[in-house]
Formats: sequence, structure tokens, C-alpha cells
Amino acid sequence: MEVTASLYAEGELLRYARHIALREIGGPGQARLKRASVLVVGAGGLGAPVLMYLAAAGVGRITVVDDDTVSLSNLQRQIIHAEERLGMDKVESARIALAGINPFVAVKPVRARLDAASARAMVTGHDLAIDATDNLPTRHLLNAACVAARVPLLSGAISQWEGQVTVYDPARGAPCLACLFPTMPAEGLAPSCADAGVMGALPGIVGSMMAAEAIKLLTGAGRSLRGRLLMQDVLWGENREIALCRSPDCPVCAGIAEERA
Amino acid sequence: MASVEILYFAWLRERIDAPREKVETSAATVADLVAELAARSERHAAAFADPASVRVALDQNLSDFSAPIAGVAEIAFFPPMTGG
Repeated sequence: MEVTASLYAEGELLRYARHIALREIGGPGQARLKRASVLVVGAGGLGAPVLMYLAAAGVGRITVVDDDTVSLSNLQRQIIHAEERLGMDKVESARIALAGINPFVAVKPVRARLDAASARAMVTGHDLAIDATDNLPTRHLLNAACVAARVPLLSGAISQWEGQVTVYDPARGAPCLACLFPTMPAEGLAPSCADAGVMGALPGIVGSMMAAEAIKLLTGAGRSLRGRLLMQDVLWGENREIALCRSPDCPVCAGIAEERA
Repeated sequence: MASVEILYFAWLRERIDAPREKVETSAATVADLVAELAARSERHAAAFADPASVRVALDQNLSDFSAPIAGVAEIAFFPPMTGG
């Protein structure tokens, strides 16, 4: 197996030995991770394991976007942050944590809230966008930007004891967020983590599934979650895979042509 | 009457306080079934108070409320989750 030595810094490659040993990743897959540029929106519960595992895996460039600061009630689940960084910008706290895990990853912290004006520019230049945000309006903004830029959007969401994971990617045959959930819930129906509570290990479970899916997407390993929604209910031990398809009259992605396989 | 397994996720599960239940129904479509379910209890009524944002999967395939349910064994109702 050939590994492009010049791609890596002195002493870097050994840390990826267990990925390189995997038939589905190997040297070529590891090089794809190293060359990859990933956008992670949200450095909270889901963002924590996503960022930590992607940095550990040697993803070359990670942009992390969040406008919040670390507060005490975050630490029950947002394990990328720490007691001594209370009050710090989450993106800066994340940068410090990731540098401690893998100093060979270029982390770009962006303290901002995604809005319609900035979303498209934020997405552009990344191979993959990851939605680890905590609200539906931002999720739809990011979705629209990814659809327009033809960038796959790995999306995870949690509520109390349950999570959902899928890959939105209309340019490659999968639906977008607006195909699946065209209607915003009425006020109060989809409560936030702050209002409804969330079991601390849940974002660890769902975020780690997202990290695994990101590694698959970037390396081409296995079968992706495009067109498949995974739902996990860890309270009752129920889980389901739902087959999805694009909505032909989707207001966001109906005009997007699919790549030929 | 047909016997169908109903699965509830997120706020539907929370309001009904059960992840699944088996129901006997002669409903023709998902929408008819939802009307029957909403009449079962106050909890069900609360769960289906605003079904517009709820999606349905018939035997694990995304469908919609106008779809017929004859021959379907499992019906899952799920809303968007938002937290991160």
C-alpha cells in the first residue's frame, strides 16, 4: 500500500495506523481525509464528538461555526468544552480541544451565527457540511446553501432521548431537508434542549454516528446514509431506518440536476 | 379490520408516552388513521394537534397522509428533531 508521505507532517502518519489498517480506508482513504475540508456548524452537543473524532481522524481542514459561549449547563454533554473554558467562545474552546487531540489539523474557528447572507459563502470550498445546530431555521438556511453549492449535508438532530441522522444531497440523488420536512412545526411543538432537556450521552451516540458517516463519505467506504433516515430512541431501545426520496416539487431543490453515476 | 403496529418518535412518543402500540383499524388512508388515533385519548389528541409538520413512514418508506394503508404492517410517525 502506498502512502503519500509528503502529504503528512513528520511523525503524523503513525497516529492514523488503525485507519490505514482498515481495508475500507487504507492509505488512499487516509489521504482523502487529509485532503478534505469539512464545515461543522454548531460546536455544542453533536458538534463535540463530530469535531473531536474528525480531528483525531486527521481530516485536513475543519471550519467550525458557532456564536455561543461555553456555559456550565453545556458541560453535562458538550464534552469538547471544559470547566476552565467557561465563558469562552465555543469555537475557540473547540479549537483548543482539537489542537490537543491532533495538532496537524487546520481548524478555522468562526464566531458567527449562520444567516441567509453568509451561509452560501460559508459552505463554498468545503467537501462536506455537517449540521450540528440546535434550531430549525438555521438548519433550513444551511440546507438551502448546501443545495445551491451542491455540497452534501450530513445532518444530525436530537431531542431528549432520541436522534435522527441522514445525508441530504439532491445533487447525488438524495432528498434535501425541505423534501423531508417542508413544514415548520408550530411554536412550542419542537422544544429546544434548554426547554425539554437532553440526556447527556445522547449527543455522544448520535454525534459519533455522524462522525462515522463523515469518515465514510470522505473516504468512500461502505454505503452512505443518502436517502436513508436513521432514527434512534435510546429511552425505549427503538430504532428505525426510513427510506427517503426527493420531493419533485420541493421548493428548495426541485431544480437541482443529479450527477450521473 | 386490520391490525397495524404504530410507532411514535420524538414529541409524539413523549405526548402519547409509549413508543409503539398495536391498533385495529378500518381506516383507508393515513389521514383517516390519524383521525381515529387522535380520538383515542387526550394524549393522542395532543400528539396529533398539529400534524402538518409530522411525517409518516409506511413499512419504513417515507409516505404521506393521503396514502392508503391497506396491507401495511407498520406505520411510523415522526417530526423533525431540532436539538444539537
